[in-house]
Amino acid sequence: MLAYLSRRVLYTLPIMLGVALVCFALVHLAPGDPLVSILPPDASAEMQQQLRTLYGFDRSLPEQFISWVSRAVQGDLGTSIATGRPVAAEVFKAVGNTLILATVATLIGFLLGSLFGFVAGYFRNSWADKLASFLSVIGVSVPHYWLGMVLVIIFAAQLNWLPATGAGPGSSSEWALDWAHIRHLILPAITMSVIPMGIIARTVRALVAEILDQEFVVGLRAKGLTDFGVFRHVVKNVAPTALAVMGLQLGYLLGGSILIETVFSWPGTGFLLNSAIFQRDLPLLQGTILVLAMFFVLLNLLVDLMQGALDPRIARS
Amino acid sequence: MLQVSIDPAKVPQELSQKTPGYWASVGRRFLRDKVAVGAALVVLGLVLLALIGQWLAPADPYASSMLSRLKPLGTPGHPLGTDELGRDMLSRLLTGARLSLFMGITPVLCAFVIGSCLGILAGYAGGAINSTIMRTIDVFYAFPSVLLAIALSGALGAGIFNALLSLTIVFVPPIARVAESVTTQVRGRDFVEAARASGAGAFTIVRVHVLGNVLGPIFVYATSLIAVSMILASGLSFLGLGVKPPEPEWGLMLNTLRTAIYTQPWIAALPGVMIFITSISFNMLSDGLRSAMDVKQ
Repeated sequence: MLAYLSRRVLYTLPIMLGVALVCFALVHLAPGDPLVSILPPDASAEMQQQLRTLYGFDRSLPEQFISWVSRAVQGDLGTSIATGRPVAAEVFKAVGNTLILATVATLIGFLLGSLFGFVAGYFRNSWADKLASFLSVIGVSVPHYWLGMVLVIIFAAQLNWLPATGAGPGSSSEWALDWAHIRHLILPAITMSVIPMGIIARTVRALVAEILDQEFVVGLRAKGLTDFGVFRHVVKNVAPTALAVMGLQLGYLLGGSILIETVFSWPGTGFLLNSAIFQRDLPLLQGTILVLAMFFVLLNLLVDLMQGALDPRIARS
Repeated sequence: MLQVSIDPAKVPQELSQKTPGYWASVGRRFLRDKVAVGAALVVLGLVLLALIGQWLAPADPYASSMLSRLKPLGTPGHPLGTDELGRDMLSRLLTGARLSLFMGITPVLCAFVIGSCLGILAGYAGGAINSTIMRTIDVFYAFPSVLLAIALSGALGAGIFNALLSLTIVFVPPIARVAESVTTQVRGRDFVEAARASGAGAFTIVRVHVLGNVLGPIFVYATSLIAVSMILASGLSFLGLGVKPPEPEWGLMLNTLRTAIYTQPWIAALPGVMIFITSISFNMLSDGLRSAMDVKQ
């Protein structure tokens, strides 16, 4: 187990470095001068030079990369060009909101997906299986930003039951656990949950079907175990993989929330990315993407380690 | 989120043994699958629409009219109403098929070519070449796909070419991974060993013995990505990062019509229906292809 742990952690380090390199390259991939959005059109050459030195664009690329990484490790992601505030503070404020949305959505998706998956796997080729499989295809095929719009049309515009945008009353961006805030969470969370729902349902169905075909299940039945007892064994065998898929889905939702956050004006990282892109605020874009990608890498690591702990066969291989 | 993950169920665990009647039996199995045939027909219809949609359009999709903005469904002369600039919705939806399908399919095609080359090279060469290619791909794989697409096109700026480039970069890693894994399996087969023993060069072995066995599984995997690609490509346009106005493209139409959700909600939702139909048909088609090509039943 210890060997597995250290091997897995060591493997993550070069990946993290590569991810940092890609994020760093983003700024230099961008056409035009990164400072163009803050420079007045009539800026003097001297002023341009001053800003270039301030943001470090006058040094060589390897030098810039090393200093960027070493500052990022210490939690300094630079300064937003548009607002002049530290990028790290902006990102961490937004990550909290995205995390709330993505966690709730993953939980809804996991519960519904497992339910559909178990029903479909237990009653293969019945109408319940067909319905569950159809729902899971819809889950992975629906353009979620459109689904969000449709839900807003029905529940906010037509029925006027739930708010259409924002994270709380009066465009508040701080989250709190009260009904006024939960109301705002319902539509975006349901919208976001359809994809993990579809993927988890597919995975669980395949796993349940495979496990029920195995000889140990016949053995358990033969020795007189009740249906519920057999079910417990199935759950035990499905859990490690299903939980791993759920963990990864959380990561995908965190990184991919931009479309849903745009539809619902949810004040999270996606919203931040959106404004960074359209104000051409490259340090903010770079910092947000770095944080989200690192989150995803670490989550992957965590999921692998958890799987290794739950299922000793994985750690031994 | 939508992720180009390699669903283990979608990668053939064992390469099918090909007998002379292989393709005929694949065809027979596919035709027996009613859902897959239905999906194939819808996809065919959409492709046809992309080719001739602009001649089917009853009105000019670019002609705006300030006097007939946001007309409801069933307005005489505008069966599906008009958009926020008074353009005929039916004409824009029909004409939009071309650009929308082009934006969704092109990145997967490009990634299929590039990813297959990289994956087959890595899988066949092994050793240091394999490590170099696959570890680089791991880095791109470490990004959630939506995030990578938006990061790249956000940095490059809006535009059709930049969106296609970003999406291609997103789809190369998963395709290369699948290509590498099937090539590694084929490489260990006896017939490859036999070909090498009888003096065939690496290029001949890949062309004659490897390609024929790996392209099928890679192709099936790639078709499953088209559904994701349709949603992502329209999503980029929806964010203002893909196609620019006034071109008719479903994602962009959805974006510009967002302002109308309180006045003409059902018209605002129409372009999304087209994206949904396209994506679900490609998903079902790909599921059907996979089960038809997988000999183990």
